Amino acid sequence: MEDANLIIDTVLLAGKIMIENGADMARVDDTLQRIARNAGIQSPRIFETTTGIMMSIQGGENSQVESIDKRRIDLERISRVNDASRAFQAKKLTLQQMYDRLVILDESTPDFRPVLKVIAAALIGGTLEVVYGGRWSDMLLTMGIAALGYASYVVLNRFFRTEFASEFIAAMVIGICGVSAVKAHWGINMGMIITGGIMPLVPGVLLTNAVRDLLAGHILSGASRMIEGLITACALGMGIALVLRFS
Amino acid sequence: MNILPITGDGLLVHFLFSYIATMGFGILINIPHNALLGCGAVGSLGWMTYILIFHAHLGTMLANLSGALVVGLGAAIMARVKKMPMILFNVPGMVPLVPGSQSYKAIYNFAFGRNSIALHYLVQVAMIAGAIAMGFFLAEMITRMYYRIKGSVKNKAV
Repeated sequence: MEDANLIIDTVLLAGKIMIENGADMARVDDTLQRIARNAGIQSPRIFETTTGIMMSIQGGENSQVESIDKRRIDLERISRVNDASRAFQAKKLTLQQMYDRLVILDESTPDFRPVLKVIAAALIGGTLEVVYGGRWSDMLLTMGIAALGYASYVVLNRFFRTEFASEFIAAMVIGICGVSAVKAHWGINMGMIITGGIMPLVPGVLLTNAVRDLLAGHILSGASRMIEGLITACALGMGIALVLRFS
Repeated sequence: MNILPITGDGLLVHFLFSYIATMGFGILINIPHNALLGCGAVGSLGWMTYILIFHAHLGTMLANLSGALVVGLGAAIMARVKKMPMILFNVPGMVPLVPGSQSYKAIYNFAFGRNSIALHYLVQVAMIAGAIAMGFFLAEMITRMYYRIKGSVKNKAV
């Protein structure tokens, strides 16, 4: 098999993009097996965790490892890998074209503009504050606080590159704003304002994936994601608790 | 405690606001543009199920479980219809169900040293998280069973 190396490279790159951007393991496993089968390998051997992928071909000599050290959440890339895999299965792409397409999408995939994301965070905060039973009069304030909290999270993440530290400080910012706004009589229900403000930072993807991985039998990935999600949740809680304690 | 009623206009506000919140979260995690409306629908259906069962006094756990079940099934259907990964729909969809106010109360009481009250709320948070996980699990079981039954019927026909 002459293109065994290319097959392995393609599979590993697809897996790397999917895991880096927050796909659940059952899905990754399914997609990688499918790509390998469609490339003509009868029994591919693939092992993937949240920090690395290994692949070898039965009867072949090639075997490679790809380590994954970045983690973020970008579901558009996962969706595009999925599209590429479907196109490959339908024989609309050759293996080389598929590989090139994966390289391009790994480097450049459009993201929503940061301003739009901050506006989205404001909308999440304000609407959930009302839906959870807060007051209408607190809605605008909550939107402002949620936007500020998310913006500081994004900015801090660019400097620190440590998810937990930025979540912690962003939670403190939200707490300080919430407490001082209520003290200045701009808002009434402090609990609901802070709850709404913190909602955009909730580690929803991590925890959902953790549960799905555990149920699908990917115990290692599920457990590591669960811990990551719990640490993030603890960082948020500690940030708020610290502010409340000294308010 | 709840200021928003679940009749008439209040119900409409619940629907619209959970739709907006779910779409907003979709934007934060960068889901493709053409999946935004679908994920909003899944999220607000889940929230409506939750709020209606909650106000029928059937308990928080059942409400969360059914909400998550609806989100899971809705996501499976959307994924099938739009030919996109399921994760695009169920992750934003579960955001309104996150036990935000209970977590806040737990943290609030921890901060002031009222540990037993805080633990009470923390246990509630854990149980709600478990209920949501069970809901997703049930949804996945149901979709798998559906495809298995459909597959076996097709095989017999051939």
